[in-house]
Amino acid sequence: MSEGAGMSAREVILARIREALRVPAPLPHGLAEESQSQVRQPQQRAAVTTSGAASAGISVAHPSNRLPSLTVLPEEVARPWLPDGGETPAERLRLLIENLGKLRAIVQQVPDLTAASDYLFTIARERDWHRVAWHPHPLVEPLLAGVPCATYRVDAADFDKNALESCDAGITSCEALVAQTGSLLVSSATSGGRALSILPHVHVVVATCDQIVATLADALHAAQARYDGHLPSMLSFITGPSRTGDIERILVLGAHGPKELILILVG
Amino acid sequence: MIVNDLAAPSVGHPPATETQPPKLAKKRFLHDAAEHVRDTGHRAFVRKALSGYYASRDVQKARFRDWEHARDAASLAKWSAVNQLDELLPRFVANFEANGGQVHWARDAEEARTIVLDLVRAARAKAIIKSKCMTSEEIHLNAALEAEGYGVVESDLGEFIQQLRGEPPYHFVFPCMHVRRDEISDLFGKHLGTPPTDSPEELTMIARRHMRRLYVDADIGITGANFLVAETGQISITENEGNARLTAALPRVHIAISGIEKVVEHLDDLAVLLPMLATAGAGQPMTCYNTLYAGPRRPGEADGPEEMHLVLLDNSRTAILADPEQRDSLHCIRCGACLNVCPIFKNVGGFTYGTTYQGPIGSVITPHLRGLADWNHLSGASSLCGACTDACPVRIDIAHHLLHNRRNAARTAPNAWERLGHRLFVMVARRPWLFGLGGAVFRRTLPLLKAVRPPLLRDWLASRDLPAAPRQSFRRQWDHRQSQQPAVSREGSA
Ligand code: SF4
Repeated sequence: MSEGAGMSAREVILARIREALRVPAPLPHGLAEESQSQVRQPQQRAAVTTSGAASAGISVAHPSNRLPSLTVLPEEVARPWLPDGGETPAERLRLLIENLGKLRAIVQQVPDLTAASDYLFTIARERDWHRVAWHPHPLVEPLLAGVPCATYRVDAADFDKNALESCDAGITSCEALVAQTGSLLVSSATSGGRALSILPHVHVVVATCDQIVATLADALHAAQARYDGHLPSMLSFITGPSRTGDIERILVLGAHGPKELILILVG
Repeated sequence: MIVNDLAAPSVGHPPATETQPPKLAKKRFLHDAAEHVRDTGHRAFVRKALSGYYASRDVQKARFRDWEHARDAASLAKWSAVNQLDELLPRFVANFEANGGQVHWARDAEEARTIVLDLVRAARAKAIIKSKCMTSEEIHLNAALEAEGYGVVESDLGEFIQQLRGEPPYHFVFPCMHVRRDEISDLFGKHLGTPPTDSPEELTMIARRHMRRLYVDADIGITGANFLVAETGQISITENEGNARLTAALPRVHIAISGIEKVVEHLDDLAVLLPMLATAGAGQPMTCYNTLYAGPRRPGEADGPEEMHLVLLDNSRTAILADPEQRDSLHCIRCGACLNVCPIFKNVGGFTYGTTYQGPIGSVITPHLRGLADWNHLSGASSLCGACTDACPVRIDIAHHLLHNRRNAARTAPNAWERLGHRLFVMVARRPWLFGLGGAVFRRTLPLLKAVRPPLLRDWLASRDLPAAPRQSFRRQWDHRQSQQPAVSREGSA
């Protein structure tokens, strides 16, 4: 296809892509060899199974000889092969705590919000915090009552990044806790925007045990279901305190984000 | 405490840049490779830096219930996305725009630079903060911004160190892995006026303190993107330090730059790709922050940029797409695993390649991006061990693609000597009597060859020794052994 004068960059690039894809690529490694001849047959709907994956039912249906369309999503296919996320709530709780420990996050289990509030009071004292930032949320607000320092409420009406920068800690809720990897899923909707969970030196997350899910996919599904297609402008999996290995590949915590990640797990 | 035994200075000569005349690329490569290989201190340092990676990568791989099959699924996700790019890219763009983002299409590096410069001018930017973005290295964005008088600060610690050193990244995931801590201490002392220290922790804190105000004061944040999610119109950014999160949170304008091949179809695909990227690339269960952005700040959200722009870059990616045999090199998720295991990378170092993307995958794609004629020498930067292919989480057969490039180069610009040599060999190998005669002649003249070093062999002999000539041909030895050791020994050893 010629790239005619007057075509926009968008048109040119899309034309190049269409042109390039006219010749089909071989199937990826792992898809059965013998199926490839079928796939190349035009106008034939061929289901091919991967050699090693047949038992899991991975299949790729080809409506034409060019466009592959997957009848099973890669995530469904991969689920039994990815790291374990636990089958029962107890297993998930154990995995979550174990994984967070390896990531050098701090986990405190408390029976109720009063105990959570006491714990926050203690760590604020211990660490000599002068000011903590928080956002209005049913899990966060009750904890702030007795905190032994100044507070800054992050608010859509008047957000002040300088005020936030001066805070020692940010206290947020989260969307979900992922047992599989020890990740916490936060969002701009339930964690006070984008900066509250990343700018202060310590990030305290308050969550309940029923927020624990097995896998990353489960966490994403939960968010999609909650927001019904209108996802918040930021969703972030946080997996341990900020870190870097840029100097001689030696691990240092607290590169630009929080040096400490503290999870208060209620219930 | 770790490097006392490695006191040799890291290789200090300026790396090859992409603006050099391409004809020099091969010469430069050979020269730099020879120099790095001789620098045993540097090689030992790089190996040591990587040793922790190998250990943690193996630990994390073992957490997968089946790593090898998970690689199949990951490659399937990328394969189906890349092969449907004509549908998925427009779908991504429509959803990204519905989220309030603005898309800019760039055919090549120059167009991409112009787009970013226009955005920066329109925003009347005073300060620009940037998080790690290899596409921006590819288009030489910093130089273009600086030429227009805009200050831009790299916020990723490794990139920041490289920026102060005036060097491009040494490794596209570990940008300053070749730099010793005392050099970093000196560098910070010189540029930031900080006292010397040999603690990586303290050095990191110096950068942390230095950068905090810059995030707050910058009016533009520039980032890359690791994945573009077609079904939701989100871009996904993977990082460890939190600098990309800050860059996309505090400045008024967020500009992301991404290659067009980064599209995946489903949000779910990330549930496979993110842990695999982290495990293969850095030996982590997940990289510390994996963040999905869907447009600028929403009404009711506390903060976030007012504008979000995405520059979609072709820059010869469609040329790779047009080659069905090597199309899968666009599946690359830039984890860096193939560099970390490559014996060539570990011995010649990252700068020797003279490319934005170093190591095996860089050797595969650079000839596509910048011309096979001038960059085919990278196809030879391989020991044919296949370690890269084994390491790749999305199962790109990198090692064979290097061979494909060699074949393509031989096809497009045949080398008369090589062809003559092959023809001669075919002629000889087809005639056992001639083969035997050739062997006999060769066995006798080998010592002579060693002494004379004819010009044709000189390059080859420069780093190798010819073996001592055997007294008998292989066939003779074989017959002899067979007659001495009947079938019993085979059974015995089985
Ligand atoms: S080619 Fe594979 S191993 Fe190399 S960087 Fe890309 S994804 Fe990683």
